[in-house]
Amino acid sequence: MIKRTVALGALGSLLLAAAPALAGPVDDTLVVNDEIEMTTRTAAPEHLSDVMDEVISGWHFRGDETRLMQADDFDNPGMIFVEQARDSWGEVEGTEGKSCASCHNEPESLAGVRAVYPKWNEEAGEVRTLEMQVNDCRVNQMGAEELKYTSVPMQSMVALISSVSRGMPVNVAIDGPAQETWEKGKEIYYTRFGQLELACANCHEDNYGNMIRADHLSQGQINGFPVYRLKNTKLNAAHDRFKGCIRDTRAETFAPGSPEFVALELYVASRGNGLSVEGPSVRN
Amino acid sequence: MAKTLTLSVGLALAATCVSAAEIAPSDVTYEDGAVAQSLSGAAGDATRGREIVGNKSLGNCVACHMISDQAEVPFHGEIGPPLDGAGERWSEAELRGIVANAKMMFDGSMMPSFYKTEGFIRPGKAYTGKAADDTFGPILTAQQIEDVVAYLTTLKE
Ligand code: HEC
Ligand code: HEC
Ligand code: HEC
Repeated sequence: MIKRTVALGALGSLLLAAAPALAGPVDDTLVVNDEIEMTTRTAAPEHLSDVMDEVISGWHFRGDETRLMQADDFDNPGMIFVEQARDSWGEVEGTEGKSCASCHNEPESLAGVRAVYPKWNEEAGEVRTLEMQVNDCRVNQMGAEELKYTSVPMQSMVALISSVSRGMPVNVAIDGPAQETWEKGKEIYYTRFGQLELACANCHEDNYGNMIRADHLSQGQINGFPVYRLKNTKLNAAHDRFKGCIRDTRAETFAPGSPEFVALELYVASRGNGLSVEGPSVRN
Repeated sequence: MAKTLTLSVGLALAATCVSAAEIAPSDVTYEDGAVAQSLSGAAGDATRGREIVGNKSLGNCVACHMISDQAEVPFHGEIGPPLDGAGERWSEAELRGIVANAKMMFDGSMMPSFYKTEGFIRPGKAYTGKAADDTFGPILTAQQIEDVVAYLTTLKE
């Protein structure tokens, strides 16, 4: 159950969005389906100790209605895509006559996986996102076609894999063989791109809680991805968000799935270490 | 500041009316963050400046600044200080410097440089996400900067 301080109509939320007096994260707690208790704010991970004390899910920066939608799977439109992915999970595809279920049984067998991705893959010698791993299984285990990185079937599958980890703390490894990629992602995070010369940090580290025009800035966390956005009524990949945020600095952006975004994803994920996996979450 | 300069094609395209007295972005001289001379060689128009400041696809200053005089524009941001009284706090030359390239006045400022064409990392073609091409110019033209400055000087507490 969700604790609501005020009951607001659609008009009320619109008016409030314009009021700077509301600056800062909303004081609220998220329990999904009266069952999964989400850690939506927690002490910042060690590597952030010199820049912030607390990490906060983007959920706290959205309006009352949007937050409420995420508290119940019947109200969360992202769960429709999860159900579709459950159907694909058992469908045989490719030359090997296999489905995901052939090797992984129930999707629930992948509980905990979302929380540690992106992750170093020893055999391949690379940091892999969930999307890369799903495609690796499709191509090399099933003899099936790759799914496009930000496509509906791919993001639905990633949402399914995330959903079985909901409530578990994000815990990506940033040391050992992943460190080089992590450092690269960190550098991107602090680079002031484009004609507006803005870095992720300018908005999401220095100004979270503040309004930028009509938008209430969050910390830009990715524990809730894939995100169902009311704006485009579909599941959005983390890389889609990165792409949009860099484009909005009047910059030449990077492509979803590019090495730059894989590195950035690892770094941004590590900034949310300790927050619960929320995907698929709901945002505006 | 040398007024004899050859204007780049990009700038000529971006500017609606190019006058011989115009100072190109890379030729602007800052003194303690301020710019003494008109960038266009002409006076600014405060009415046009008011429009540029509130317009999303022009200055979009209200994205970051609250301005009481722009009450009809919805959603003012709070990244920078409110601009009420800016015309009292700063001289015209200082305001010109701040709008043209705020980083000269405020080291490392988050405020974008509106009259600058060099030194960017991965500059794009406006908001397309694609690489900049030969249409690349400053965010605001010399005359638009002057118009904004003229407007800002009218902002009194
Ligand atoms: C032929 C067997 C096979 C099939 C079919 C298969 N996988 Fe895999 N999958 C594997 C193996 C083997 C691994 C690596 C196991 C490991 O090291 O954890 C793996 C690993 C994964 C992982 C990462 C687990 C982790 O702990 O890091 C994910 C996610 C995954 N598979 C998803 C899928 C999905 C989604 C499908 C269907 C599109 C699929 N797999 C189909 C064999 C298969
Ligand atoms: C000009 C300011 C600005 C910059 C720079 C910026 N963003 Fe954003 N970002 C936003 C706004 C506005 C939103 C929507 C509201 C929110 O969640 O902050 C957003 C949303 C996000 C979200 C979604 C958060 C959620 O909970 O759904 C992520 C992730 C994100 N940004 C990551 C980044 C990354 C990574 C960078 C750097 C490559 C970046 N942003 C740069 C303004 C910015
Ligand atoms: C991305 C956010 C952003 C945008 C867009 C922006 N500014 Fe600023 N502005 C700032 C910040 C932050 C400061 C505070 C100076 C600093 O960096 O310390 C500032 C400072 C100023 C100041 C000095 C403030 C004072 O009165 O003491 C003026 C004047 C100003 N801005 C005008 C403008 C104008 C005019 C525009 C549009 C053409 C604009 N700004 C667009 C962020 C922004």
